[in-house]
Amino acid sequence: MISLTIDGLPVQVEEGASVLDAARKLNINIPTLCYHPDQDVKANCRICVVENEGQRTLLPACASPAAEGMAIHTNSPRVRKSRRHILELLLARHAQDCLHCKRSGTCELQQVSEDLHFVKTPRYPYRPRSAEMNDESSMSIVRNASKCIACGRCEYVCNEIQTVHAISKVNRGFDVNFVPAYDRPLGESVCINCGQCVQVCPTGALTIQDSCDQFWDALETDKLIVAQVAPSVRINLAEALGEEPGTVSTGRLVTAMKRMGFHLVFDTDFTADLTIMEEGTELLGRVKNGGVLPMVTSCSPGWIKFCETYYPDLLPNLSSCKSPQGMFGALIKNYYPAKIGKRPEDICSVSIMPCTAKKFEARRPELSTDEAPDVDFVITVQELARMIRSAGIDFKSLAETPFDNPFGLGSGAGEIFGATGGVMEAALRTVYELVTGETLKDINFEAVRGFEGIKEAAIQVGDLPVRVAVAHGLGNARKLMDAVRSGKADYHFIEVMACPGGCIGGGGNSIKNWKLMESRLEAVYGEDERLPIRKSHENPAVNSLYEEFLGEPGGHKSHELLHTVYTDRSYLLR
Amino acid sequence: MLEETRIVLRNVDEIDPVSIEDYRARGGYEALKKALSMTRDEALSEIDKSALRGRGGAGFPIGKKLSVTKAVDADQKYIICNADEGEPGTNKDRVVLSGDPNSVFEGMAIAAYIAGAAKGFVYLRFEYPYIFPILEQALENARKAGCLGGNIFGSGFDFDISVVSGGGAYVCGEETALIASIEGKRGEPQFKPPYPGVKGLFGKPTVVNNVETLANLPQIIQNGGEWFANIGVPNCTGTKVFTLCGNVARPGVAEYPMGTNLKDIFEAHGGVKDGKDLQGFMLGGQSGNLINPDQMDLPMDIDTCRARDAILGTGTIMVMDDYCEILDIVENIMSFFIHESCGKCTPCREGNIRMHEIIHNINAGDGKLEDLDTLEELAEVMQITSLCALGQNSSYPVITSLHNFRDDYLKAIERGQRA
Ligand SMILES: Cc1cc2nc3c(=O)[nH]c(=O)nc-3n(C[C@H](O)[C@H](O)[C@H](O)COP(=O)(O)O)c2cc1C
Ligand code: SF4
Ligand code: SF4
Ligand code: SF4
Ligand code: SF4
Repeated sequence: MISLTIDGLPVQVEEGASVLDAARKLNINIPTLCYHPDQDVKANCRICVVENEGQRTLLPACASPAAEGMAIHTNSPRVRKSRRHILELLLARHAQDCLHCKRSGTCELQQVSEDLHFVKTPRYPYRPRSAEMNDESSMSIVRNASKCIACGRCEYVCNEIQTVHAISKVNRGFDVNFVPAYDRPLGESVCINCGQCVQVCPTGALTIQDSCDQFWDALETDKLIVAQVAPSVRINLAEALGEEPGTVSTGRLVTAMKRMGFHLVFDTDFTADLTIMEEGTELLGRVKNGGVLPMVTSCSPGWIKFCETYYPDLLPNLSSCKSPQGMFGALIKNYYPAKIGKRPEDICSVSIMPCTAKKFEARRPELSTDEAPDVDFVITVQELARMIRSAGIDFKSLAETPFDNPFGLGSGAGEIFGATGGVMEAALRTVYELVTGETLKDINFEAVRGFEGIKEAAIQVGDLPVRVAVAHGLGNARKLMDAVRSGKADYHFIEVMACPGGCIGGGGNSIKNWKLMESRLEAVYGEDERLPIRKSHENPAVNSLYEEFLGEPGGHKSHELLHTVYTDRSYLLR
Repeated sequence: MLEETRIVLRNVDEIDPVSIEDYRARGGYEALKKALSMTRDEALSEIDKSALRGRGGAGFPIGKKLSVTKAVDADQKYIICNADEGEPGTNKDRVVLSGDPNSVFEGMAIAAYIAGAAKGFVYLRFEYPYIFPILEQALENARKAGCLGGNIFGSGFDFDISVVSGGGAYVCGEETALIASIEGKRGEPQFKPPYPGVKGLFGKPTVVNNVETLANLPQIIQNGGEWFANIGVPNCTGTKVFTLCGNVARPGVAEYPMGTNLKDIFEAHGGVKDGKDLQGFMLGGQSGNLINPDQMDLPMDIDTCRARDAILGTGTIMVMDDYCEILDIVENIMSFFIHESCGKCTPCREGNIRMHEIIHNINAGDGKLEDLDTLEELAEVMQITSLCALGQNSSYPVITSLHNFRDDYLKAIERGQRA
């Protein structure tokens, strides 16, 4: 243990702890901006400087190891002066239009400004970071350079964690900027729309492309507004509205959406179950007929674009199944209208997603019917939370309402799609029972659960030892795909989720870190345990859809509506 | 009249720089031989006794650096000779490297022996391409003569050197940025710790030293640490290679004992050029100090300079005659730093340009008295919070000129207010 004092208070910390850790142990608040609990320390913003007695220069608390006998001061005149001046320099380059900024209220810069009691106009004239202020080219992400404080957190997540290399630091000195290569707009870059950069950006420089107005506008039409709600939305929405992380709010969210004006609210867990039926059938078909293996899941649109860009040679490995959102959209526009006696164009199809990449996916031509998109627009958890607030709804006090039928029933297997390993577990539950005809003794596949970057398991299914692997975060996916490419991976089935942790860690949720993710994960498996049906093939609503409309899993109708094709996008790398 | 004391420059202009025979004829590689006959601790103790401090600007004792790296257990260690010499107006490393490269190689080999390294790099300034072939040829000749390479002088000690071209940016001379640059990354300084001596190039313990520092080592081993410690002043031993430039009658590179008076050096180089009047000096390069003639009685060693609010730095002495406009000079220097800041940390990225902005305004007649307070405060914040020494030092010209040439600022502000 190392002993030091901070502001005169003695404290002991483990070897390797930083001065920041030590201060937090004493509940002393040191402002930070470039520091992120899930990332390597960068020590570039300098807002966390502290004074170590006897040292001429100040120390960045985040990067300085606590050392025996240190006498740290976090509130000396030199520290106060320095922090406020550094903030002043940052603000002199910052748009400061908090009143209409998407991050107002959750912005770390705003918080630091408040914490430092900075209540004056900067002495320096405003000089924005870049002439091209707003990049709205992407369907998922908006980049506003005038709010960038050059902390480097986006670059870290995009390059080190996701290995997408869409955002990198360019130029030097005052002109430093974080932009896609070749000065391309984000929407034309290799960006795969995962929104992980939005999750780590401390300010409003990276935000979600906002679709809320499309909903309010739809209310002024005669259209039937139907929504599908993804598995992790019920896990994350309450948190986005200020409740404890991991608070499940399924019934309340349906109530809120109805109050806002949605006519029908359906459950994407239903098409998650449907996905398992189709994907499981596809997998067994590939195994039986010597098809391309390993088969890789296709529900994560960030992952799909990544594969299309970096691994076009492995596109045949991708399951041809549309994502649950895509399947839902197809049913809404092709099956549902006839059932209720309406035309597809009378329906406004909205999805509520934890994911920014779903906004891009919804615009894929493959996911349309007669050139009209199957999903008209996508609302993320962050946006839904904002809409609920702007509708004047007190979410906390709402009563519960069930999802609407005929797409209101989902199994626990569909629900765990929200977490890394969930699709795999759901598939294993169904494939095992369909192949062997036996009931699983233990349906919890612990080996594929949790936040380990790459998870592997082998499950005996009848006489076939099925080898599976699960990756979340594209850096991990890259490792697996490199192994597949070089023939070193003899798996049958691989699950990939673009976002670290899976959809509960998706870019469309409220701002996360790994600590919050633990609570979200717990909630997912809690829901699974709670639900009466926990296997996709036991979902009666899914089975009756096959009987009534689709026929067989993997049959002709399924292929027409529920399966898709992919595009080589490696040209984006040139 | 002041005479030079040549340790580092002893062979320059006396030998063919690439000839190993010439170098050996003047005792070259005898020091390495001697070091190899000593234990590593014995050799280190000579360096410690010499009390040699780094000549690249920071003045850190090389003996301490070597002992840190020596103590680390690692399968690979490196010695890097920092020949980035990006300081405008400084030429001394170029003179040593192009005039007597073997003295640097021999110094590197001695450092490598002590630290336990087998591989060295000379990180050569991007703008010095013509030195590249000289170094390559000298290396080749030294290898052929068995002075470098495998099993040197049959001692079992292996050491070889490669020359790498610099990244072309001033900040690449900062040791952690330099290492990143050799690794093929963006040349940006890293927070220390970890120090390169423990975790440097490719994650391995790495000793980074300036050309001039390394070129001293052979003479220290050859003549003993005590001999060296008797040159110069007690806390700052040996000589310093100074570069005289600007409006000086006889510009160029010259070597004097540490602590030699600035006034004597100035006079030994003929005073101001063309018989003009002296306005002041700029010491220590771009991030150095502007001092006025009243401050000229100044012993040039690291600590005295520091104590008098001056900087020895790389030993550059720029003479300014009375035709120079101080504010123009300072404005110019700040343009240099705007350009050279790597942009990683806030105070330097945002601060240099604001300093420039204020000085430009004052110089253009748009200044206010409060601006001087802002400059003082900004300078202090940059000095104590910047990540690397570039941002920590870039405001020195501003702050020293503000103190030592305050009238120039006040007059410019007044001029503006009258207009
Ligand atoms: C911006 C910047 C530029 C530097 N440039 C050089 C350089 O060109 N040559 C050099 O030897 N040291 C330079 N240094 C100092 C190095 O970081 C390092 O301290 C030095 O190479 C150590 O060698 P020494 O102990 O022999 O002086 C620079 C430092 C900074 C902050
Ligand atoms: S990024 Fe933060 S500080 Fe900047 S305008 Fe938005 S809320 Fe305000
Ligand atoms: S959305 Fe994902 S891929 Fe795109 S820039 Fe952000 S982190 Fe990178
Ligand atoms: S865009 Fe956001 S995360 Fe990226 S460098 Fe700027 S402020 Fe940091
Ligand atoms: S002080 Fe300047 S040069 Fe050094 S790291 Fe910071 S921005 Fe880069």
